Amino acid sequence: MRHVLIADVEDQPGVLNRIASLFRRRAYNIESLAVGHSHRPGISRMTIVVAEDHKEAIQVAKQLDKLIEVISVTDVTEQRHVSREMALAKIAAPEMKRTEILQLANVYRAQVVDVSPGSIILEVTGDEDKIDSFVEIIRPYGILELSRTGEVAMVRGRAMPAPTLMAEDGPAA
Amino acid sequence: MKRTGAEIILDSLVAHGVHTVFGYPGGACLPLYDALYHYQDRINHILVRHEQGAAFAADGYARASGDVGVCIATSGPGVTNLVTGIAGAHMDSVPVVALTGQVPRNLLGTDGFQETDATGVMLPVTKHNWLVMNAEELPRVMEEAFHIANTGRKGPVQVDVPKDVYLEEVEFDSVPPLSIRGYNPEEGLQPDPTLVREAAEVIHGSEKPIILAGHGIHYSGAYEELLAFAEKANIPVITTLHGVSSFPESHDLSFGMVGMHGNIYANWAVDRADLLISLGMRFDDRVTGRLEDFATEARIIHVDIDPAEIGKNVNTDVGIVADLKPTIRALIDEIGQLDHSPWVKQICQWREDHPSLAIRETEIVLPQWVIRQIYHITNGEAVVVTDVGQAQMWAAQHFWYDRRNTFFSSGGLGAMGYAFPASIGVKYARPNEQVWCIIGDGGFQMTLQDLAVVKEHNVDVKIAIINNNHLGMIRQWQTLFYDSRFMSAKLENPDFVKLAEAYGLTGMRATTKSDVVKVLKEAEKIPGPVVMDLVVDEVEKVYPMVPAGSSLAETIEGDEVQEARYA
Repeated sequence: MRHVLIADVEDQPGVLNRIASLFRRRAYNIESLAVGHSHRPGISRMTIVVAEDHKEAIQVAKQLDKLIEVISVTDVTEQRHVSREMALAKIAAPEMKRTEILQLANVYRAQVVDVSPGSIILEVTGDEDKIDSFVEIIRPYGILELSRTGEVAMVRGRAMPAPTLMAEDGPAA
Repeated sequence: MKRTGAEIILDSLVAHGVHTVFGYPGGACLPLYDALYHYQDRINHILVRHEQGAAFAADGYARASGDVGVCIATSGPGVTNLVTGIAGAHMDSVPVVALTGQVPRNLLGTDGFQETDATGVMLPVTKHNWLVMNAEELPRVMEEAFHIANTGRKGPVQVDVPKDVYLEEVEFDSVPPLSIRGYNPEEGLQPDPTLVREAAEVIHGSEKPIILAGHGIHYSGAYEELLAFAEKANIPVITTLHGVSSFPESHDLSFGMVGMHGNIYANWAVDRADLLISLGMRFDDRVTGRLEDFATEARIIHVDIDPAEIGKNVNTDVGIVADLKPTIRALIDEIGQLDHSPWVKQICQWREDHPSLAIRETEIVLPQWVIRQIYHITNGEAVVVTDVGQAQMWAAQHFWYDRRNTFFSSGGLGAMGYAFPASIGVKYARPNEQVWCIIGDGGFQMTLQDLAVVKEHNVDVKIAIINNNHLGMIRQWQTLFYDSRFMSAKLENPDFVKLAEAYGLTGMRATTKSDVVKVLKEAEKIPGPVVMDLVVDEVEKVYPMVPAGSSLAETIEGDEVQEARYA
């Protein structure tokens, strides 16, 4: 099953290396990893999607949490959360097809970010399913390039991700 | 006050009570050695003969003293030579600070002479590491290094410093207060009272409980607590390899070691227990045997300081993340006086019927018998440092450890060559105790160059080479699992006595039982290092044994061929 982890980490060189090294060494299956600045100075937020069962996902989170530069890790899979991914797709768009493509783009609320002779770049945001479906729909027109960001996630409401994992240390399911 | 980077580092060592360090100089850390020149009255630098020895010695020092061990190496080959020792410290959670030199900042990333991505190489085998690019960071980094190494689940750290940063002069007045927001080990020390009550309930409901004591007992210093708990709850105590010497082996409730070469009755007890109270151990595959069949009837209470160990290898019924000392105390308060005498009696019966530690009467010198003689001749008072392989297992089995924290071994990594340099570190940590290095002829040849160190500093380590002229464990496995196709198992050995003499040391050889006793007695009396070449039977295998991939229930007690040989 897919698990979505949110990790707040020190914004320092080498942190990504440590995390990547951990995943490689322990052979965790990583689906996507997105990282960027958080609202707090000096802290980056990572959203990590792993393809592991519940027990393994707990292990992943605990092992991540052991890294000194990882400040907190939360598995938000079971919490109410929103998640978004962005994709840029460059599509072959001869003039005769352009309107058709733009209509489809509209359905997905995709933005046109570049129009050039013979091609068009669309920007689309949404959860993984939406992006997948968008990609399938436009594929027949000819995707010249596709670039996806990986998922970023946030818990709904005022709740912050729980700072530690201690609550989940009970019997493994 | 103006201080150089090197001075800041050495001030930090002094402030943390470090008086002995093990190292090897090289270009990139020469400024550190130049500063050490002026600290000789406060810091004793032991020049090892290979950096691996520095890491092993620092590891031994840390385990035996309870303090942080410190080793020093230069960039490039210096740091790569440290890796084995640091990896071992990492596997066995030993607090070590490795100070490594790096090429000057302007050469970083240019493939400069003796440049290695030292923090990259060390990353997976350290608890944390730093490449320090400014001397201003050094006070903070050194403080964090000692703190991280020696708290929580302990482990080695590395501080990599470019040559010119050692020389950089900065304004330094006081060490900044510690503040690491991603690391709060003090939060995980006290047990959750609800979980303790739960554990106590589970204990009360058990008829066949076992305490599995691991390395954590040593680190927590929970010896009194373990003893009191076992006695109050009347529960048999079985240790892991690293748990050896955490519980007096002459105690009625002690049943020795579990695992691949554990006592058969200990393995059976774990296999048939209805409850395992696992204290500071991590269910390593050498302990559990085939995991699916490990203690299938048992509920498991697991106490460990590392949250990631709970539920990692086995599913637990009650998992407590905490320091052992307060946890066992809380458990003692929570439980009543219990009686498990039928269960204890059952295990005693197994032991009587299957005495794993009985040594056959033979004319030829059996390695187990040699270990037993060391035990007798030292009145059981030796501190034992073992290498890896057959001699390690015999030393764990046939020396009886009643004294706390007197057995040191490379467990997790299983690094041959560990014992001798580690025993040097142990001796520096415990100068008033007898330190015996029990090592095979193979392992000894991996790091024997430190004979020069014990000569130079008259480090009183008794080196007992259990010499079967083989890589014994290799021979054992090739005998049992590869139809006796011996491939690279036999060793063409040097004359160890002459070798000792070449280093200016006393060397003695024994090939008969009476010689062994004579040599051991003489070695014990000599005030200084001695090399003993104790020639033993080359065919003898370590038993009991759980073949790889088998369960504890399938422990093999011995083999008829072996039994018949000297019958």
